[in-house]
Amino acid sequence: MMTAARRSSPQKPPSHPWRMFQNVSLGLLAWLIALAFFFPILWMIFSAFKTEDQAFATPPIIFFQPIFDNFVKAFAKYGHALLNSLLVAFGSTILSFVLGLPAAFSMVFYPTKRSRGTLLWFVSTKMMPPVGVIVPLYLIFKDLHLLDTVWGLTLMYTTMNMPLVIWMMHSYISEIPSEILEAAKVDGASLMQEFFNIAMPLATPGIASTALLCLIFAWNEAFFALNLTNVDAAPLSVYISAFKTSEGLFWAGLSAAATLVILPVMAFGWSAQRQLIQGLTMGAVK
Amino acid sequence: MKSKTWIIGAGLATSAVVAAIATAAIAQGPVTVTIATVNNSDMKTMESLTSVFEAANPDIKLKWNVLPENELRQKVTTDIATGAGSYDVATIGTYEVPIWAKNGWLNSVDDLFTKNASIKSSYDLNDILTPVRLGLSYNKTLYALPFYAESSMTFYNKAAFAANKLTMPVKPTWNQIAGFAAKLHKPQNGFYGICLRGLPGWGENMAVFTTMVNTFGGRWFDPQWNATVDSPAWKAALTFYVNLQKKYGAPGSTGNGFTENLTYMSQNKCGMWIDATVAAGFLKDPKQSKIVDTVGFANAPTGPGTPKGSNWLWSWSLAIPKSSKVADAAFKFITWATSKEYIALVAKTNGTWASVPPGTRKSTYANPEYQKAAGDFAGITLDSINRADPTNATKDPVPYVGVQFVGIPEFQALGTQVGQYIAGALAGQYSVSQALKLGQAAATKVAKEGGYKK
Repeated sequence: MMTAARRSSPQKPPSHPWRMFQNVSLGLLAWLIALAFFFPILWMIFSAFKTEDQAFATPPIIFFQPIFDNFVKAFAKYGHALLNSLLVAFGSTILSFVLGLPAAFSMVFYPTKRSRGTLLWFVSTKMMPPVGVIVPLYLIFKDLHLLDTVWGLTLMYTTMNMPLVIWMMHSYISEIPSEILEAAKVDGASLMQEFFNIAMPLATPGIASTALLCLIFAWNEAFFALNLTNVDAAPLSVYISAFKTSEGLFWAGLSAAATLVILPVMAFGWSAQRQLIQGLTMGAVK
Repeated sequence: MKSKTWIIGAGLATSAVVAAIATAAIAQGPVTVTIATVNNSDMKTMESLTSVFEAANPDIKLKWNVLPENELRQKVTTDIATGAGSYDVATIGTYEVPIWAKNGWLNSVDDLFTKNASIKSSYDLNDILTPVRLGLSYNKTLYALPFYAESSMTFYNKAAFAANKLTMPVKPTWNQIAGFAAKLHKPQNGFYGICLRGLPGWGENMAVFTTMVNTFGGRWFDPQWNATVDSPAWKAALTFYVNLQKKYGAPGSTGNGFTENLTYMSQNKCGMWIDATVAAGFLKDPKQSKIVDTVGFANAPTGPGTPKGSNWLWSWSLAIPKSSKVADAAFKFITWATSKEYIALVAKTNGTWASVPPGTRKSTYANPEYQKAAGDFAGITLDSINRADPTNATKDPVPYVGVQFVGIPEFQALGTQVGQYIAGALAGQYSVSQALKLGQAAATKVAKEGGYKK
């Protein structure tokens, strides 16, 4: 009886030593791959606690007395840049959604004959290499007094992230059955009610994962930040570049600054891992 | 309900963004001077002394934009060329100053001295070393003030020399350097005969290699702007460089720039290193170096062609872009940061004269305290800077100014391109002849397309 039950149960793990060996090997391989991917970050964090000559030493030093001097120096200008990064990343994400969500909604439920073309046009703006537009952009920013302003960089990142919002949200909203909206219309719902009370609650997982991607892209962007800001609006990507020098050793200091820069974005990522994976697989890939 | 919360949340966040922007825009105090600079240690010291300047000049506030060298050049160029006026002071080098002055991008320092007679009388412009001053002039007008200056020299490990019974002459030749490298090279012990830049770039491998070309008797262009990269002198220099690096160089030579070689040298892994005089201070700094007591200094090596152009000249300088709206305040700052008083202030603040910005003023080298602190290398640095003549750096005449560069705007791209061919020869990707042929084609193209060759 017992044997029969064991045979019939598909959930029971196989007890064959070969299968066990396979499972353990696969597990080990997965850990090794994960470690290989994480190793550069781990090494960077280690280097942040070393002196400059320890960080540069060959062969590499594994055991050392950790120091905190690099973090003390890195903290000196961190606060202002962190505030700018938070304002720009969240500001541009909110603006991208304010403009992009209604656009995606209308293209799904109220399409015109040009909707498809417009959707493709939105994504085509992502194909332009940033360096190709920097001079005209710089001149426009100069004339509008937007250079070195948080507002200017927020606008820039909004234009960068809005196509992403429209595409990903178009994909999510398309999954909402049109019958639900039709039923709401029959019950007398207005357009605004359809949007806010029906479509948005159903698209919440998509909004969360798209917002996270927008935040990460805005957080990591360096080219426009380096070119369009100087001192007042410089975000963390500009802050970190200041640690590089052409004369002298700088790896330990740079590692400390980089550790501080990635901490917030790693926290975002960890806290929303599930939505991020969902967003990547269901939004952009679909 | 949920949607209302969402709207309120979005509204509040947007308001917060706008409020923060508005606050930043309103917050304006006295005249603000924005300085674009690099993260080198002397500049970091200058930034740390901001409060001293602001206390003495309460009507001026300083703002610092610190960037890596290449980004700084690109950004300041865009800013000045478009007249945006984001920067009031730009930290630029001997290469840029004459080119930018020719473009009409910089305020004349001479004019500003004339306008501010009181500053002129206290500044003592004649105290600035003549080659440095000439390097920052265009059409006999000064366009920038030197913050610190450097040439190139030879660093060597005295302990390794003694162990191998070798003696470094004060003025070595490249052939002697190759002989020493052969005897010092012990790769099995992790000790290499010589460290030289191999990382491609006009300011990286090409700085060292162009001085080699000069002293081997070569030049980039003849007076009619015919490229001479495929000349016998270039071939001799490149063959020598590639053999020296391949036989006795540190590993990964095509990835080694200033920083990597400084590490090899300071970690007691290299017998000799030919590079910027500013490295002397780093090699004598116990926080960075393991060879503080055993590092020796000599002049940059000379080759078989001519002693001219064997050591470069570079100065990091402070210039005021034409687009600055507060040129007078900026002038007050640059004259403060390059003054004798500033140099004394750095010595007082750091507790040693060895860490003052070097290479700019005669008075620094005449100061007994500086001589005491930097005695090992002060004399060679001063002598090297005084010998470096950007207007006469080659055996045969040339139509350009510059020791380790050609003073034309196109050189940044050309130098980096040829630098890649040189690195290709070092990596075995090209033969010496192939690399030079490619370099010759690139230089010829620049001469033609730049309108230099008639």
